[in-house]
Amino acid sequence: MAMSIVHRATGIANAAGFVLLVLWLVAAAAGDPMFGAVNGLFGSWFGQLVLFGFTWSLTHHMLGGIRHFIWDTGAMMEPGRREAIAWATLVGSVVITLVIWLVFVWVG
Amino acid sequence: MVELRLPKNSQIRTGKTWPKPAGATRLREFKIYRYDPDTGDNPRTDTYFVDLDDCGPMVLDGLLWIKNKVDPTLTLRRSCREGICGSCSMNIDGLNTLACTKGMSEISGTIAIYPLPHMPVIKDLVPDLSTFYAQHRSVEPWLKTTDAAPDKEWLQSRADREKLDGLYECILCACCSTSCPSYWWNGEKYLGPAVLLQAYRWLIDSRDQTTSERLDNLEDPFKLYRCHTIMNCSKACPKGLNPAKAIAEIKKMMIERKAA
Repeated sequence: MAMSIVHRATGIANAAGFVLLVLWLVAAAAGDPMFGAVNGLFGSWFGQLVLFGFTWSLTHHMLGGIRHFIWDTGAMMEPGRREAIAWATLVGSVVITLVIWLVFVWVG
Repeated sequence: MVELRLPKNSQIRTGKTWPKPAGATRLREFKIYRYDPDTGDNPRTDTYFVDLDDCGPMVLDGLLWIKNKVDPTLTLRRSCREGICGSCSMNIDGLNTLACTKGMSEISGTIAIYPLPHMPVIKDLVPDLSTFYAQHRSVEPWLKTTDAAPDKEWLQSRADREKLDGLYECILCACCSTSCPSYWWNGEKYLGPAVLLQAYRWLIDSRDQTTSERLDNLEDPFKLYRCHTIMNCSKACPKGLNPAKAIAEIKKMMIERKAA
């Protein structure tokens, strides 16, 4: 049940996250001063924290979707397996998020 | 509809603490939900102490010890005391299960017992399962055929019989359905895991000749598709069955017949 709740919560968080993406694009279209302001906000430690959370929310929701897709075929539903795939979603989402930030933010 | 809080008249208060049995050395504390519709009072939780040296090992033994020796007004359903009848299903230590097959030693600390969640309560640990039974009736859980009846029984191969394993064992205790959030929120319209497992049991019975009508009956946004694979059902089942998988198989049958 916990994973089901998190799947729904990340779905809602993703909708909010995309508002931030739209804000960023609109600011880019509006010109330099606006883009600089929004970029500065997103670049602050708090903005980075929110964006990191958004990245995790996206990857968790994506992996959750794949998990449900697998379950819809009737596979991985036995005791033990269903817990394993739930843990894989959780661990996988954290790992993928860290890799994305490592490659595109911290190193790149 | 989603209800996150109990209605005012269902809010649970702290009730009475019953005296410890005299001379007992090994005690086990029980915290049990009590509700009597005749009094008009809110539900409460009473605390009891069971003498483990005078009582069997299962939670049901503890409940009956309390009923026999401490408080005869404690109301619960039970019959077979061996996990076959499905009467003593209740919420024990936060999980829906059968009191007769749950050992007291499997639980640490106080043993907290409530009726099956989100069902109307008749009294104490006895829920009203009328809707649940009506839903079971609605899937017509019996063999339906169109051919003329054979002289002897309807034959079934061993392989086809094996498809019913993991389904026919269901004892309709309602532990799974009442553990399901979708069933809590939409219990009148969504059939719930127990009934859908039964529906699947007849859908894949090789002798049944009304598979298509059975699927038509389930082709509904609520009856079947309120299942969001939350998996509480399969976790709760005291018989180790897998209602979530049965529901996934029904959904597959729905898709496959469209593709055919």
